[in-house]
Amino acid sequence: MTWDWAMITILVLIIISGIFSLLGAIGLHRFPDVYTRLHAATKTTTFGSIFLAIAVIVYSIFRITEVGPENDGAFITLAAHTFIALLAILITNPTGAHAIARAARKTGIAPEQAVIDEYEEVD
Amino acid sequence: MFTFLVTFLGVLVLYLLLVWGSGDAGSAYWAIEEVLAGFVLALISAGIARAILGKAENSRMFLKWPLFLIYVPTVFLWNLAKANVDVAYRVITGRINPGIVRIRPGLKTDLGRTILANSITLTPGTLTIDIDRKTGDLFVHWINVRDTKTDEEKTRAVCGSFPEWARRLSE
Repeated sequence: MTWDWAMITILVLIIISGIFSLLGAIGLHRFPDVYTRLHAATKTTTFGSIFLAIAVIVYSIFRITEVGPENDGAFITLAAHTFIALLAILITNPTGAHAIARAARKTGIAPEQAVIDEYEEVD
Repeated sequence: MFTFLVTFLGVLVLYLLLVWGSGDAGSAYWAIEEVLAGFVLALISAGIARAILGKAENSRMFLKWPLFLIYVPTVFLWNLAKANVDVAYRVITGRINPGIVRIRPGLKTDLGRTILANSITLTPGTLTIDIDRKTGDLFVHWINVRDTKTDEEKTRAVCGSFPEWARRLSE
């Protein structure tokens, strides 16, 4: 892979990531209540982070294979750290969303424009 | 003992992955101090985690991990992509029909329920809010409520094939 193609791939990945993160931000403004806003915030940030992480990993792999052995260590570490950060985001992002949604429901915030609400207090 | 060993090795490999390239002059190997630190940390983590991971239902995770490698990049990622297109559509058009529904996936283990709840949150139009610990029923905020008649139909509409996957991964 030449430098140009690597850069184009990375740019496309970053732009996709940026578009979804931006949509998430717009969703935060447009949706009516905490639950629908959480939909926008949780899903889009996770997806955006995946593409951003892939961009970093592609860049690292490119540097490892193209530049030569003198830089290997730093970029292998970068790729590994990014991958582990991605796993952490995949687990903690939805968990954090539950915590917020549950706290909101327990304090009595009803979902706006709801057509059905089957929630009941449980232990 | 099996759980302890697997956790120990898992944490050690993870730590070594994190400090990969710490060797002399930035080579792709490890510095001896980092390897020692990894051993100590892995021992401590395995000691702490034994009480939780040693439970019979949770230790199955160690046998099922190859399934995670299939599940996460295929079923899960595909649904996450669909979820994002769905959210994008609703952000732009503003068409929502929200509500909170109770679904009965009928999962028995905590591990399966956790996998299902987190999968639901990252997939199209649904967000897990709470769980009934006794029955395993999930309360789900659904951004586009559709009419369903039976409980099975509703569970199917909210989470698709996820309950089967959560069962495969955990039971």
